Amino acid sequence: MKITMKLMATSCLTLTAAMANADGHMANEMTIVSWGGAYSASQQAAYHDPYAEKTGVNIINDESSAEAVAKLRAMNEAGNVTWDVVDVVASDAIRLCDEGLALEIDADTQLADGDDGSKASDDFGDLLVSDCFIPQIVYSTTVGYRSDMVGDNAPTEICALFDTETYPGKRSLEKRPINNMEWALLCDGVAKDDVYDVLETEEGQAQAFAKLDTIKDDTIWWSAGADTPQLLADGEVVMGSTYNGRLFALIEEQKQPVAMLWDAQVFDLDGWIIPTGLSPEREARALDYVMFATDTQRLADQAKYISYGPARKSSAPLVGKHAELGIEMAPHMPTDPENAKNTFLYNYEWWADYRDDLDAKFQAWLSQ
Amino acid sequence: MAEQMMAADGRPLKASLNRALRRQKIRALALIAPLLLFILISFVMPIADMLFRSVENEIVENTLPRTVVALQDWDATSGEAPDEPVFNALYTDMALAVEYKSHTRLGSRLNYETTGISSLFRKSGRRISRFDTDAYTDAFTAADPAYADPVQWAAWMDDDALRAKLPLTTSAYDGWEKMIVEAEGDVPTEEQPWDFVYTALYNDGVNGAELPIAVDVSQIEPVSIRAQFSDVDDDWLDPDVWQTIKTYSPTYTNGYFLNSVDLMKGAEGVEQRPENERIYIVLFIRTMIMSLSIMGMCVLLGYPIAWLLANLSARTANLLMILVLLPFWTSLLVRTSAWKVLLQQQGVINDVLVWIGIVADDNRLELINNQTGTIIAMTHILLPFMILPLYSVMKTIPPSYLRAAKSLGATNWTAFWRVYFPQSVPGIGAGCILVFILAIGYYITPELVGGTKGVFISNRIAYHISSSLNWGLAAALGTILLAIVMALYWAYDKIVGIDNVKLGG
Repeated sequence: MKITMKLMATSCLTLTAAMANADGHMANEMTIVSWGGAYSASQQAAYHDPYAEKTGVNIINDESSAEAVAKLRAMNEAGNVTWDVVDVVASDAIRLCDEGLALEIDADTQLADGDDGSKASDDFGDLLVSDCFIPQIVYSTTVGYRSDMVGDNAPTEICALFDTETYPGKRSLEKRPINNMEWALLCDGVAKDDVYDVLETEEGQAQAFAKLDTIKDDTIWWSAGADTPQLLADGEVVMGSTYNGRLFALIEEQKQPVAMLWDAQVFDLDGWIIPTGLSPEREARALDYVMFATDTQRLADQAKYISYGPARKSSAPLVGKHAELGIEMAPHMPTDPENAKNTFLYNYEWWADYRDDLDAKFQAWLSQ
Repeated sequence: MAEQMMAADGRPLKASLNRALRRQKIRALALIAPLLLFILISFVMPIADMLFRSVENEIVENTLPRTVVALQDWDATSGEAPDEPVFNALYTDMALAVEYKSHTRLGSRLNYETTGISSLFRKSGRRISRFDTDAYTDAFTAADPAYADPVQWAAWMDDDALRAKLPLTTSAYDGWEKMIVEAEGDVPTEEQPWDFVYTALYNDGVNGAELPIAVDVSQIEPVSIRAQFSDVDDDWLDPDVWQTIKTYSPTYTNGYFLNSVDLMKGAEGVEQRPENERIYIVLFIRTMIMSLSIMGMCVLLGYPIAWLLANLSARTANLLMILVLLPFWTSLLVRTSAWKVLLQQQGVINDVLVWIGIVADDNRLELINNQTGTIIAMTHILLPFMILPLYSVMKTIPPSYLRAAKSLGATNWTAFWRVYFPQSVPGIGAGCILVFILAIGYYITPELVGGTKGVFISNRIAYHISSSLNWGLAAALGTILLAIVMALYWAYDKIVGIDNVKLGG
């Protein structure tokens, strides 16, 4: 009984908070959640500002995308969803969709058709990886290195990460299994097409960890996208993995002695989801927003500010020059044919299924 | 008999006094009531609610109610997966859970105990609507069209006598009806029941129940649900999976607490986790040792500074005080980031050391992303919490005591150690408690400068809250941490005495 009392009191509290919030949540205001930094800035310029101008909606930016799944789950439990549109990576979108925390979208009726007349479902094509996911950009995780610290022997392939003899010095890798496990297997002689089959087995996981063990002491583990660029700029690491847009900024905007590899780059998607449990008005406005923000022109516009490829096929021809630097953006896109020669196809479905297992093992491995 | 003393208003003096006292107490209570309520509602209850998650385990029973009941007869030590009836119950439960989208959450929950269950549930959830059980639906509707009529079904299910005869069907239909209304927003009398209701009906028939309209079930080709599940994934025939479901079916569990101390529930009771998964005890011990080191460093560094501050002229002391307070007022993140810049291998400190010639350029010190980094950064951040109580206590120690000791022939050291130090102990106590308890719960600084070897247990709690979403484990770890702090506080009170702690004059 005590527990019931406690729960009742807590729900009373959330209810009061919800009511206070409902009052505070002005009719003409929406909260959009994203990753911050240069990425949010590109969205602000390409989507938020034009949308606010068109509709007069006041857009509030929240930079909690890294914890979106946890926060959405908590909001859902409390029955008070304060976010209207959330920017997440594809695997998180699949997870949220599976748990019923994200709204299912019908691409052809709820998203804008392409400028070239194609239906949205064709225009986005394979990138519609989940019923709840509204793709926005294609980015890739790849490796950058200090061009002044590798001598005349610049690395050309991803396995340089594991080659501490030729490239002594620290590396920085992301503090999660995704990408690291795949690269470890690739560099341990597993064929590209077999990586996920091998990783599915206990032995395969042990093999990947054994490969990672060889550089464990030379690795600084990062959790924020800005870490590797900073470590590279400081000369703390000789090479490290990060998102291609961050490396673009480091190389082209900040002119650091850094170069990047386009080998076994891991394509990933980023896009919007709309949380479930919004009031009908808020839901309608969120849908209106994503329809506007993911049309052909808007997606091409975003590529002016950051080197991530637009998720629509019809946007690609419209990608122009960088808004400030004036350089052509197309050759810097992960989707550019020259860069995409040797890509690694990231398997969302597989990670949606195995994320929990491998996260636990990876974190235990890290702590030992 | 002595005459009663009367107050001015004619009441007995005693009663009048009691009344006044009572009124005073109520007034005092009313004055603190807002604070008390505030603390209760915004602090105690949410914490209690969160800690409660460390034992709460309703999700299995709520998501798989029929399976949990059916599993009671299954012998976990048999080494065999359960039989058809359990799989039938699972089929109904899963079909409903998929509609509520709760099967993935349950999968994640059970995956904390046995890796692989999460993917098993996801996979099965995607396939469950394609099971071959539509054969039953077809067979029943072919035998009598009334079986396809939603209104007829509703009428049957209103009939208590019929309900008693068809336990499986009733349970499946009730679940379906609830789901249709809640999850789909449809009206049950307009929808034909789904395949799993017919499967339950078939099973009732096979069990010998009298069906509402007689159908010879022996003529219907049976579909093995067990085979259907094992087609999706062989793991459904793995007794370990079922063992986990059965072990975690009660509403309350000690599983999270066992996990927090590197134990787990096995087939034969509690056992140790595999060696490559034991991390929490190490982390608890590391957290204690490092917090104690940070506390010790703070005493060593803080004591002389506080002594200096207390004994200088007010003008100079105030100036120096600003040097203590300025970093104290600076944002935690700024100070931590500054340490990152200072301590890294290409950082200021290493550069200076190389320049002086103390360390070789190719052999720079590793001062960050390890325990050294955490201890240095946290000592700096927590130092003011040591200096301030020490200073306020030292300020009250009259300088004449030291002079008196010296005039009686004590050496400087004896005077300090026998006269001054004992009087400053309450300040040390207060500073130590403050620094230690703050250190034990820190997670931002260790996360940023600790690498993998210099992180605290609180980093794992934060990780489980925001990344792995294992809130139960986070709550259990938090409860243990809280208990440790309480125990240490109690021990401190016993040994030093909490009365000896002073935050000021």
